Amino acid sequence: MTTFTDPYSSSRETTEGTVFSVTGGDWNELVTEIGATKEERIVVNMGPQHPSTHGVLRLVLELEGETVTEVRCGIGYLHTGIEKNIEYRSWTQGVTFVTRMDYLSPLFNETAYCLATEKLLGITNDVPERASAIRVLMMELNRISSHMVALGTGALELGAITPMFFAFRERERVLDIFEMISGLRMNMAYIRPGGVQQDLPAGATQKIRETVKEMRKAFKDNSTLLIGNSIWMKRTEGIGYLDLAGCTTLGITGPVLRSTGLPWDLRKTQPYCGYENYDFDVVTTDTCDVYGRFLIRMNELEQSLRIIEQACDKIDKLAGAPVMVEDKKIAWPAQLAMGGDGLGNSLNHIREIMGTSMESLIHHFKLVTEGFRVPAGQVYAAVESPRGELGAHIVSDGGTRPYRMHFREPSFNNLQSTAAMCEGSMVADIIGAVASIDPVMGGVDR
Amino acid sequence: MSDHGMFGAHGTGDTSGYGGLVRTPAATGSSERPYGSYFDDVADDLERAYPGFSDAIERVVVDRGELTLHVKREKLVEVSKILRDSLKFEMCMGVSGIHYPEQTGRELHAVYPLLSITNNRRIRLEVSVPDSDAHIPSVVEVWAGNNWHERETFDMFGIIFDGHPGLTRILMPDDWQGHPQRKDYALGGISVEYKGATVPSPDERRSYR
Repeated sequence: MTTFTDPYSSSRETTEGTVFSVTGGDWNELVTEIGATKEERIVVNMGPQHPSTHGVLRLVLELEGETVTEVRCGIGYLHTGIEKNIEYRSWTQGVTFVTRMDYLSPLFNETAYCLATEKLLGITNDVPERASAIRVLMMELNRISSHMVALGTGALELGAITPMFFAFRERERVLDIFEMISGLRMNMAYIRPGGVQQDLPAGATQKIRETVKEMRKAFKDNSTLLIGNSIWMKRTEGIGYLDLAGCTTLGITGPVLRSTGLPWDLRKTQPYCGYENYDFDVVTTDTCDVYGRFLIRMNELEQSLRIIEQACDKIDKLAGAPVMVEDKKIAWPAQLAMGGDGLGNSLNHIREIMGTSMESLIHHFKLVTEGFRVPAGQVYAAVESPRGELGAHIVSDGGTRPYRMHFREPSFNNLQSTAAMCEGSMVADIIGAVASIDPVMGGVDR
Repeated sequence: MSDHGMFGAHGTGDTSGYGGLVRTPAATGSSERPYGSYFDDVADDLERAYPGFSDAIERVVVDRGELTLHVKREKLVEVSKILRDSLKFEMCMGVSGIHYPEQTGRELHAVYPLLSITNNRRIRLEVSVPDSDAHIPSVVEVWAGNNWHERETFDMFGIIFDGHPGLTRILMPDDWQGHPQRKDYALGGISVEYKGATVPSPDERRSYR
């Protein structure tokens, strides 16, 4: 074989055969050189730095021509050791860690963590109704923003730019609401064991209702653009096929499972946070393909809007009700009040602990530095995140810190189906299949 | 992991008596019948479908509305197959390891949350093994989706899942030394200086346990 050194496509010999590193340059020269090997089988590394792999996902593809014969996923590039770190923080501090796992659905991570912590504390039924309604409201808003990224980036990766503009425009509205409520657009650590960090600001439900109306209209931009669009259909119909048997054996949940026609949604089947009191439908399709999953996400947006409206009604009805458990040994003592610059401490609370009551100061100090103790035991609490079942398995030894916390991440689990969906398909269809799983690497690697 | 942070706090570290909270030890014995909820049905069905029940199941624990079956590791795959086929626990939601260094002879635990879509039920299997012989049979042949989960638990705890199709590290680099989520693996970190004072790394900070 000819050996020449090209700075853009150098080759080297390994035990597996000749390995080419392509970094640009003249494609024809590379093709000539590869042609000289007389072997059809090519192994291509797609990612971890690749715009279409949803972050730092590495796909090792074995190709026969354009057909994919084998797919292996390489993950771990975004591993941050959150599960280990949390063992060195108080139960309340844990929220600020889990919110950073799956960064597109922070409120689901927080809710799963808090539901598990509350189960360990035995205060599940003491969480005020208003707090649960706010949680539901925030989660459904978050579902919209997450689905928007899934749809927008998924379309972008398949070559359509306009849907991404529409999707990110709507996501922006949701992030504005998050900012109004919690002061932060992402990773807000808003949901806390026992309730939520602070009450909604004045006029929040009114603003949300207006936004819901605008979004309901604006969602049509994307649905009219994509549903039935022949190019979109050709790229998505029959692609990434995974049927019910495949889903159950691989533990797949979320839109991928619902695209097989099974209406499995934890909000309906195993309700939490009072979801049983909301009127909404579980969206399914029976095509088992990328298009079906796309339709599910599109239609779930409307269901989320319905839930948001009902949650707003509930929150208005419960005006003035507490948003944190009454137990002062658990409820976070600090009182926050939104200042002109975003977050801030309530001056009344500062006056009380610094000027009036030494006991209040001691209480505040103890709870903030030491935290509360959680009776020993283990629990598993699951919520329906935009990607499927998000489960928190938490073990306590009776101390002020979690003894062990493990998140059953839907992205991590569902990414296993890449091989089942893609082997035997074309290279270009991998992009659509992976996008339909909607993995978030922050959640996969934790 | 040391319980004593930079102030050398022993016990609860609570010198004020203000906390007033008592640590309750984890339940160790078996729960008594009736278990409540659908747990009696699950136990009965499993006993009927699996004659070796009393031999394979070490303990049945019902705590906080959740059922845990402690299974002997030799019987794990058998029990799993029965649970999947006869009791319709179609899905296994992964495996989570726990390291209890003080439980001599059963330091490493593996916990499998199971989900039955047919019956809308959840139970949990728990297997414990000694650190010196950290082998658990793999359930990948029963629930293929546990493949990555077992790799993660191997990566983080060093539990070897026998029969796994390719037990390699998944989150840490391939040449990594040690298993990070074991309790004898230090968190690490560096102290940070801020305005002349030093903030110690998280595992060196005052701890209240």
